[in-house]
Amino acid sequence: MTDMLSITGLSKRYSDGQVALDNVSLAVKEGEILALLGPNGAGKTTLISAVCGLVVPTEGQITVGGFDTKSNYRLARSLVGLVPQEISLEPFEKVINTVRFSRGLFGKDPNDKYLEIVLRQLSLWDKKDSKIMQLSGGMKRRVLIAKALAHEPRVLFLDEPSAGVDVELRREMWKLVSELKSQRVTIILTTHYIEEAEAIADRVGVISKGKLILLEEKKALIKRMGQKKLEISLKSPIAAIPAQLQHFQLFLSDDGTSINYLYDTKGSTNQITKLLNEISNADLQISDLQTSQSSLEEIFVSLI
Amino acid sequence: MNFRSIQAIYVFEMTRFFRTLLQSFVSPVISTCLYFVVFGAAIGGRIDAVEGINYIAFIVPGLIMLSVMTQAVSNASFGIYFPKFIGTIYEVLSAPINFLEIVVGYVGAAASKALFIGLVILATSLFFVDIEIIHPIIMILFLVFTCISFSLLGFILGVWANNFEQLQLVPLLIITPLVFLGGSFYSISMLPKFWQVVSLFNPVVYLISGFRWAFYDHSDVSIITSLLAIILFTGFCIFVIFIIFKTGWRLRP
Repeated sequence: MTDMLSITGLSKRYSDGQVALDNVSLAVKEGEILALLGPNGAGKTTLISAVCGLVVPTEGQITVGGFDTKSNYRLARSLVGLVPQEISLEPFEKVINTVRFSRGLFGKDPNDKYLEIVLRQLSLWDKKDSKIMQLSGGMKRRVLIAKALAHEPRVLFLDEPSAGVDVELRREMWKLVSELKSQRVTIILTTHYIEEAEAIADRVGVISKGKLILLEEKKALIKRMGQKKLEISLKSPIAAIPAQLQHFQLFLSDDGTSINYLYDTKGSTNQITKLLNEISNADLQISDLQTSQSSLEEIFVSLI
Repeated sequence: MNFRSIQAIYVFEMTRFFRTLLQSFVSPVISTCLYFVVFGAAIGGRIDAVEGINYIAFIVPGLIMLSVMTQAVSNASFGIYFPKFIGTIYEVLSAPINFLEIVVGYVGAAASKALFIGLVILATSLFFVDIEIIHPIIMILFLVFTCISFSLLGFILGVWANNFEQLQLVPLLIITPLVFLGGSFYSISMLPKFWQVVSLFNPVVYLISGFRWAFYDHSDVSIITSLLAIILFTGFCIFVIFIIFKTGWRLRP
């Protein structure tokens, strides 16, 4: 697979001296979904803005589909669609007109058939003649997505698509993202909802203070950094962990009804069989067993 | 040139104009009628012909210019400031277009609106006074160039403005006085010598003078000077806009 988006040594210093991006390099393959995580003000939006031509980079090079965003901005930008974080729409304009405008602005021939597909996909078709100001917040966000998709982009940026969006719309959005992925559209989204990255991303990048501090396959990340927890529920509570089990590094719950064991699925510290044997040797009656994996959120918090 | 993009911006901007067509149409007509009533019927009767031209007829070119210039500036400045204010400018800046295409789209639309209003005022004035336009082609040329150059100026203003107050203050404090003192309602030759010289520093004088020449074959300054002035002014505005986009000033941090 070729790199659809490639960023090399990208830095951005604003005129007030604030460093928004500090030597960021990353490459995203065609059809890949990359989630950028990071706290507010970390530089996520600046990164997107630099690719889309809204911010002039201080240093570094960006190519989209092999086209340099500086020397070949027309070809590069025509491949990119952006859904901004803020809802920015002309309030008095009709939905269909604003979507047609977006398509024309990016130099595409009028194609109402395609726009109908996009609007239907976003459940906006029956609102096509409504004015933007008559729409709910969730629908306005969908209009933003429709505008970004109007010119059939190959790279889609979603800047915090879930901010202020209800659960249903978020699920719909995830569905749309996976449909776009099946059309091999490359998607880069920023979020601070870790569950979102976990649900849809192939790879996860973490930005903090303008630096890309981590970039890894989501599964590998969870696997590499994630620990599993085994929760052993007991039939009757105990006051303390029996002496013969002390060497396992167990944690007893406050009410004494369950023992927690932290382990690494592939690590050498994994001694589940031994633990279970010794528990039965210690005459403890097990009522239930449960394992859970650390979420990205826990990993994320440990990084920052 | 990316004509589809230009067309998209132009059509989008014109839709805004047609949405408020009544307002765009009625207000210049009413204000023109008021000027005619006040300066024409009420005061004009007591004013002798200026340079051999009936006073009501004399002020027609000035009135058209007055409206065209103020409308061009306010339309163009609003046209680019509003997207900046509500944030929709992101789309234009991320589109695969260069500064010239953005300017042609926005300024073209603003100039079209101003031209439309200019023609409406010309038509309205025909109800009050008989006018014979001696150089119709030069007249249209001047009108179109004025619409374009003042829309360019408005565009610069809209990019510069950080709030609505600034957006209105500049036309009020600079453009309106320049236009009123630029000979809309009088001939520069009616002024004392000193003020005649001062007036020559007012760029609007050249435009109004040239425009009036197209109507009545009479002008304060030579028509060639007027034509040069408007070409120079247009070129200057385009240059400023080029610098704005080159440096990203107020648009691309």
